[in-house]
Amino acid sequence: MDPYVLLKVTWWVLLGVLLIGLAVMVGMDMGVGAALRYLGRTDGERRAVINMIAPHWDGNQVWFILGGGAVFAAWPTIYATAFSGLYVVMLVLLWSMIVRPLGFEYRSKLPGERWRGAWDWMLFISGAVPMIVFGAAMGNMLEGVPFHFSWNMVSYYTGSFISLFNPFAVLCGVMALALALYQGGAMVMNRGTGVIRERACRLLSIAGLVALAVFTLCGVWVSMMHGYEITAGGDPAGPALPLNKTVETASGAWLANYTAHPALWLVPASVYLAVLGGIVAARAGLSHLAWWLGALAWAATLVTLGAAMFPFLMPSSSEPSHSLTVWDASSSLGTLGWMLAFTAIFIPIIGIYTSWAFWVMRGKVTPESIAHDEHAY
Amino acid sequence: MQELDTVIELSRLQFAATALYHYLFVPLTLGFSVLLATMETIYVITGRDIYRQMTHFWSKLFAINFALGVATGLTMEFEFGTNWSTYSHFVGDIFGAPLAIEGLMAFFLESTFVGLMLFGWGKLSRGKHLLVTYMVALGSNLSALWILIANGYMQKPTGSAFNPDTMRMELTSLPDLIFSPEAQAKFVHTSIAGYVTAAIFVLGISAFYLLRRRHIELAKRSFRVAALFGVFASIGVISLGDALGFINGGAQPTKLAAMEGLWETAEAPAGFNLIAWPNQEEQRNDFEVQIPYLLTPLVTHTFDESIPGVNDLVAEAETRIRNGIPALSALQTLRENPTDAQARATFEAHQDDLGYALLVQRYVEDVSQATDAQIAKAAADTIPPVAPVFWSFRVMVATAFLMMAFLILAVIFSLRGTLHRHNWFLRLAPWMIPVPFIANEAGWVVAELGRQPWTVYGQLPTWLSASTHSVGYMIFSLTGFVLLYSLFIVVEMYLMVKFIRLGPSEGKHDAHADSVRQQHSSQWSEA
Ligand code: HDD
Ligand code: HEM
Ligand code: HEM
Repeated sequence: MDPYVLLKVTWWVLLGVLLIGLAVMVGMDMGVGAALRYLGRTDGERRAVINMIAPHWDGNQVWFILGGGAVFAAWPTIYATAFSGLYVVMLVLLWSMIVRPLGFEYRSKLPGERWRGAWDWMLFISGAVPMIVFGAAMGNMLEGVPFHFSWNMVSYYTGSFISLFNPFAVLCGVMALALALYQGGAMVMNRGTGVIRERACRLLSIAGLVALAVFTLCGVWVSMMHGYEITAGGDPAGPALPLNKTVETASGAWLANYTAHPALWLVPASVYLAVLGGIVAARAGLSHLAWWLGALAWAATLVTLGAAMFPFLMPSSSEPSHSLTVWDASSSLGTLGWMLAFTAIFIPIIGIYTSWAFWVMRGKVTPESIAHDEHAY
Repeated sequence: MQELDTVIELSRLQFAATALYHYLFVPLTLGFSVLLATMETIYVITGRDIYRQMTHFWSKLFAINFALGVATGLTMEFEFGTNWSTYSHFVGDIFGAPLAIEGLMAFFLESTFVGLMLFGWGKLSRGKHLLVTYMVALGSNLSALWILIANGYMQKPTGSAFNPDTMRMELTSLPDLIFSPEAQAKFVHTSIAGYVTAAIFVLGISAFYLLRRRHIELAKRSFRVAALFGVFASIGVISLGDALGFINGGAQPTKLAAMEGLWETAEAPAGFNLIAWPNQEEQRNDFEVQIPYLLTPLVTHTFDESIPGVNDLVAEAETRIRNGIPALSALQTLRENPTDAQARATFEAHQDDLGYALLVQRYVEDVSQATDAQIAKAAADTIPPVAPVFWSFRVMVATAFLMMAFLILAVIFSLRGTLHRHNWFLRLAPWMIPVPFIANEAGWVVAELGRQPWTVYGQLPTWLSASTHSVGYMIFSLTGFVLLYSLFIVVEMYLMVKFIRLGPSEGKHDAHADSVRQQHSSQWSEA
């Protein structure tokens, strides 16, 4: 295979890995934040819940930051077009996300009830809203976004911001939030005890079932919606310029890859298996297994999406031929190669010290154990 | 055009506001992390508990500051895409790489270990905890390195070339990008500026305690560590600043001319404008106080080189615009017909000045029709706003020497043990805290405003870089950021002041901390 094509596909896979990492790790912390008021009824309980993720939320959040950086480096045209096109959505995401560091860091610094209550709501917003937006963004990618380019690659977005929150996109948002709540529940089960653990188990079960219901609904919807296909041009080895191809839309086209490779159906099927298995595991007290099955569910969900869209990344609904695909939205051969080298070196190193950090901070967190710890949040 | 100009101005305003705001917290993190590592090292070597208490106390303030650094950094990471989409497409192939590497190499390191640093006290042996603190310091400094490599590219593009088939700049050499002297000098100057910032911060608060006769032991020692740390850093910042000015002179003569208020080319030996009142319209200084002979050796590091002034730079820009126009026209032809060999040859012959042709496209869509007046206007644009750059630079340099003098006195008083006899100095010290922040912000104004009208010097003009949003969107986002960030700073300052007043935990709290420590000391000895 042409090395450039190989690199593009590799980076498409890595984009998936990144999104999965982001969804699992950041989503978990956001699920905890969104469900904080449910998981903990008293301040002591809430602090216990927060301190279960306290040492790790910042490290986990880097998945999100790296998401921005890596898309910039490997898919610069996506970075430029998606983030500016989805402007208001991005702002909602950012504004809700940037109160999170403060929520964690500042909440327990002062004792006042109103102070802490206010930050609890901040943590709720900064947990729920970004996950809904994340899901909605994925939904919009499936539907296509109205944008086009001028000859010199200045991009123009021609839709309204309200249309980005259309029913299908919101449904995808609910799905993302549900999976995040599931994952947060699993995390709190891992590190919590007593009634907190019981509440987390209940949360996990309900969220998991909601996720499956919504996933089914989305699947039916996708099978009927207009998908995109390249009908001319679009040479995989060609230069990364999205202006040299013809794209048409057709009802049900998003299932074309599944029809061509029926084995792919195993992927959406494993979403069901993972979530149901996870609920059973959690009920049986095997919360670590439930956590990993939740991660698998996330992975399978995003792979389902990617497999439906390949090779599309961000289709244009107003000018389909300007759609961004794996073949024409990447960076150059050299950059993709260099970045692959850096990734290959650093991801294992990150894996090692992150695991070490989790291992050092392992163990149960209870309201009693942190009551006298002056370092706890 | 009107609408476009407004959107550009608002995008610039938003970027400037969010970046300057991010940079209120960054220098303190950069320096504080190293200072904490220093204090903890002394603790681990000497085993004296006071240094552990110091590390504890200061790391609380570190954390309050750090949270906002992270929050505002998130905005920055996405702002290139949200607000500078043409820029992001144009140089993303190069510029994205250091940003991604920063995430891989620096942010993960820093953020993972900061959790252990703050929460791992009881769970790690002394040595391991110290290692963790070092990792935080390393991570924050690496983050500065990579972001400045990215910024260095905007100041002096290296290791890249324009590719007409993809309509963007593409990477030709990553090592050239990473080891660009501009970026490296910037990195050292900036991170050391962070050390100065943290030193003066710690000095100010320690002096406040000494004055109030509170926490004397802790304050005295913190004062000494910070003073020694700061004095070296301040010398470093000034020498690196000089190096930076020197490198800059070669890379961006327009910025240098603005920094020094040079309207006419300065033949050696030229005088240094200590004070001046630059008048951009008439291209002269209404008023100036010079130190004779100083400028030439300062800027060129020789005694006989001349320094180009605005007059010559504008003339040169005009030539380059005229030379670039055929490249832009040929590029447009190539877009319609990629196999047009003649257009490709024309493009290649003129491509070095493509960016200059883009400057004139601001005034006329089809650049081959550009009039002399339009070209002259575009050429005049290549000079950044002189007065603010000139004055920001003076502010940075003046505060640099002020801080150095202050730090030298601090070291003398501290080493001689005569601090208690200089109440005026202790009273002054808290008022010095804002000074390094002013210097830092002023430095960025020099660097970024001085780069105008380019986002990527010589390659991509600012006017073409922004996303094509409506004015309404921009007002919406700017308002949102202003409201949110104002709220943040109020909360942060409130907590900071509260925790400074509270001081290190003492008495009842301390007794408790001791019992916790005893429980853990067994863990320490076994590890
Ligand atoms: C405590 C802060 C501080 C202090 C005391 C100084 N600087 Fe500075 N300076 C910065 C903090 C800073 C900065 C915020 O870190 C900047 C902004 C961009 C950069 O790379 O560093 C900067 C930029 C900057 C630039 C522009 C770089 C560019 O355009 O890319 C020059 C030429 C200097 N400095 C020179 C000096 C000189 C000659 C100083 C003293 C005599 C000095 N600085 C003191
Ligand atoms: C945190 C420190 C920084 C500060 C305080 C800062 C400050 C500024 C200011 C004041 C402007 C507005 C200039 C103008 O419009 O006249 C600006 C513009 C800009 N800066 Fe920076 N900057 C910082 C770091 C960076 C870095 C590290 C990068 C690149 C990685 C960068 C990229 C840009 C871009 C893309 C613009 C917009 C285009 C322009 O107006 O030139 N900045 N910055
Ligand atoms: C304008 C371009 C910039 C971008 C896109 C950016 C991005 C970010 C991001 C995403 C974070 C949060 C990382 C975390 O979660 O740990 C962050 C924090 C940080 N940034 Fe920036 N940054 C910019 C400018 C700068 C500059 C110019 C410097 C230093 C010279 C710098 C140094 C730091 C440091 C040391 C931190 C970590 C500590 C803290 O949060 O205070 N950044 N930045």
